[in-house]
Amino acid sequence: MRKQLCKGNEAIVKAAVLAGCRAYYGYPITPASEIAEAAALYLPQAGGIFLQAESEVAAVNMLYGAAAAGVRAMSASSGPGISLMQEGFSYLAGAELPCVVADITRGGPGLGNIAPEQGDYNQIVKGGGHGNYRNLVLAPASVQEMADLTTLAFDLADEYRNPVVVLADGNIGQVMEPVEFASRAFVPPPPEWTVRGTAETRHNLICSIYLEPDLLERHVRKLEAKYQRAEREAVRAECWRTEDAEIVLVGYGIVGRVLKAVVEMARARGLAVGLLRPITLFPFPVAQIRELSRRAKAFAVVELSTGQLVDDVRLALEGRRPVEFYSRVGGNVPSAEEVLAFVERKFRACAPMEEVLIHG
Amino acid sequence: MADYTVIHEKASSFYDVFERKAELQHQTHYCPGCGHGITHKLLAQAIDALGVQDRTVLISPVGCSVFAYYYLDVGNIQVAHGRAPAVATAVKRSRPESIVIAYQGDGDLAAIGTAEIIHAANRGEPITVVFVNNGIYGMTGGQMAPTTPLGGKTTTSPFGRNQWTDGFPMHVCELLASLEAPVYIERVALGNNKQIMQAARVLRRAVENQVKGLGFSFVEVLSPCPTIWKMQPVEAQRFVEREMTKTFRVTNLRDRTKEAPARPAPAPPPALVDIPRILGLVNGDGAATSEGRPPARPARALDVRIKVAGFGGQGVLMLGEVLAEAALDAGYEVSWLPSYGPEMRSGTSNCHVRLSSVAIDSPLVSRPNVLLALNEPSLRKFLAAVEPDGIILYNSEHLPEDCARPDVRMVTMPFTELADQLGNSKAANIVMLGALLETTALLDQERVTGALRRKVKSQKWFELDLAALAKGREEVRKGASS
Ligand SMILES: Cc1ncc(C[n+]2csc(CCOP(=O)(O)OP(=O)(O)O)c2C)c(N)n1
Ligand code: SF4
Repeated sequence: MRKQLCKGNEAIVKAAVLAGCRAYYGYPITPASEIAEAAALYLPQAGGIFLQAESEVAAVNMLYGAAAAGVRAMSASSGPGISLMQEGFSYLAGAELPCVVADITRGGPGLGNIAPEQGDYNQIVKGGGHGNYRNLVLAPASVQEMADLTTLAFDLADEYRNPVVVLADGNIGQVMEPVEFASRAFVPPPPEWTVRGTAETRHNLICSIYLEPDLLERHVRKLEAKYQRAEREAVRAECWRTEDAEIVLVGYGIVGRVLKAVVEMARARGLAVGLLRPITLFPFPVAQIRELSRRAKAFAVVELSTGQLVDDVRLALEGRRPVEFYSRVGGNVPSAEEVLAFVERKFRACAPMEEVLIHG
Repeated sequence: MADYTVIHEKASSFYDVFERKAELQHQTHYCPGCGHGITHKLLAQAIDALGVQDRTVLISPVGCSVFAYYYLDVGNIQVAHGRAPAVATAVKRSRPESIVIAYQGDGDLAAIGTAEIIHAANRGEPITVVFVNNGIYGMTGGQMAPTTPLGGKTTTSPFGRNQWTDGFPMHVCELLASLEAPVYIERVALGNNKQIMQAARVLRRAVENQVKGLGFSFVEVLSPCPTIWKMQPVEAQRFVEREMTKTFRVTNLRDRTKEAPARPAPAPPPALVDIPRILGLVNGDGAATSEGRPPARPARALDVRIKVAGFGGQGVLMLGEVLAEAALDAGYEVSWLPSYGPEMRSGTSNCHVRLSSVAIDSPLVSRPNVLLALNEPSLRKFLAAVEPDGIILYNSEHLPEDCARPDVRMVTMPFTELADQLGNSKAANIVMLGALLETTALLDQERVTGALRRKVKSQKWFELDLAALAKGREEVRKGASS
């Protein structure tokens, strides 16, 4: 199929329907409302369900019901609504139910504003709900990835029986770029373990309660093993011009795009800069970062928050290399020129690089 | 004794042995005399009588009945505190043939889950809700419930429920009966055998309504909790009969089962092969929507970073979209990002457009080499950012003196007036586009008219836009020759 221009938010819905999503339950919020609007347009025509829920609390529990009944379902929201969904994420993970939620982030805390920020990283990647669970988190940086990673999200959700979050910012939701969709639609058959009101599923049970400590421990260990498998098998990251990079920039989403421009500009000025863009935020590309640290002398994390992703980069490096940090918040996205100035300030002055290692 | 039958057999919808229960698998976890046990039994009998055991999905709440799935041999889903109606909604919509029963206590339904029950009822979800009201939080050890009677002493109302600080007991049936959609709402009690027989009939009807495809059915069951009430089972039952029924009237509050209109059946889903067309990805004949045009290769190396800016309503976003669409058609990489967030204040609007012969890194344009300024504030805002050797098109008769940039090409024209001469000042954006194309030969005319054809639905507007393009070109030519 030839590429066509499409907005990021709309691409999510089209890809979801092609991937067999047949239910959308959600509550409107800027800058994610276009996803609900596109879902309201397409899902009923595709024989699916669109329901505007009374709240995000209800919406995420509707995902729980749809997943329990074996229907691929999704929702979308932004910061404040995602906060309300945390109860549901925990229950879905505990009951091992798949679902896909798009978080088109905005500024916070509180009502904040509707401009792009990346302050939801911790509540999504670390898990803002209770208990030992993780969301699998995908971070698209283009409209094509909004489509492709939504498709992947449904597959991962089913494979791991776990919530998958597509974490994008307002810019990636709003931008329009050429995109190529899957040429064929399919709907997978409902999994055996679902409860569908039929004789063959009558003995199935969906629950997350294990009264006996030993039983709950066994369950939590089982979940833990799943997450460890994801860490081995599901990690994705884009390495851009890192082969000879002495400085590795790290950023996801719209920041990843800006950093690509920075890499080109910095190289034009003789700095050996590369980019690592995590595509999965959980599982986190720890191995890739460590691998790059063998050659790179320093890392610089750029994010639209006061420092959330940077913690994971530091953990991955375990002190092997210094980590510089540049952040903008409130809805401001740094320009490539601005980041370049930061990179030059940090790294141009302190050659030889060994010094950074000692004092960084 | 004449009006009730004694059933000696266990309903088949009830498990013989409660294997999901860790120990004492022959008895329930409920206290002796607990209303949950009776309600489960009545429900199982109703399911049996209606022959829907295989089709039934029970949603169990958080509360003493969290383990309803130990007992009822049906499809079981255990859910978060108060959310049963939301989960039930999605299960029923996912599987319209299933019989979905949400089972909830009074803390679950009337406190933490108030929003979910009201909205499920208001949407008329064709489910059955069983609401066990024992006036107390049983599972957590006897805290006050929204249904605790005035004066009722609980662990969190040690001096008795006080109307001034705790409000009044909540009448859920009456509340729900203020909504249009529910077809059946009734309150029953487990205060004596006769009441229990009535409860059995009502529960059965509430499930039957669903089997018949009618709407939302709700049964409130006034139910004893001997343990927390600190009463003997018989005493507790009597309390339900004599005291609870004073606060909560045992009665039918809604029965529209006869006149309820049949719910429209969901339309059959389309064939999977039709999905791409439904999503607008292909034309009716199955061809990709962008096909029919010659597949283009980029004509030349290009890296255009455009900022379009003006007032809302001046067609700023549209101008950007046409450029992106036309350039995509010409084989270039493109991106279009509308102003959004803090930039979008006081009615101004702008967009970032990139057209490139190589992959685009960032869609954000911080240093434009083309600025299309439809008003003065936009010119002033972005003037300094324009790269040397760039080009600025500015919508005015004259360039303000302090806005000179000798290092860029400046095209100053009254685009709004020119559009006005064509009959509609709103076409100023396209006049400006014509001027841009004439000045830069950025894109072929046919790519641009093709993009306009796809973007502009009305024939009248399309023709106006063609005239506007021509006008913009013509004015630039005039300027050059004069
Ligand atoms: C979000 C949340 N808050 C609080 C609780 C603790 N909790 C469990 S059951 C319950 C009240 C149950 O009372 P009710 O619904 O009346 O049912 P009963 O036990 O009386 O049958 C509470 C507060 C919880 N499980 N989840
Ligand atoms: S505490 Fe009350 S509601 Fe809970 S099982 Fe015992 S009697 Fe029943």
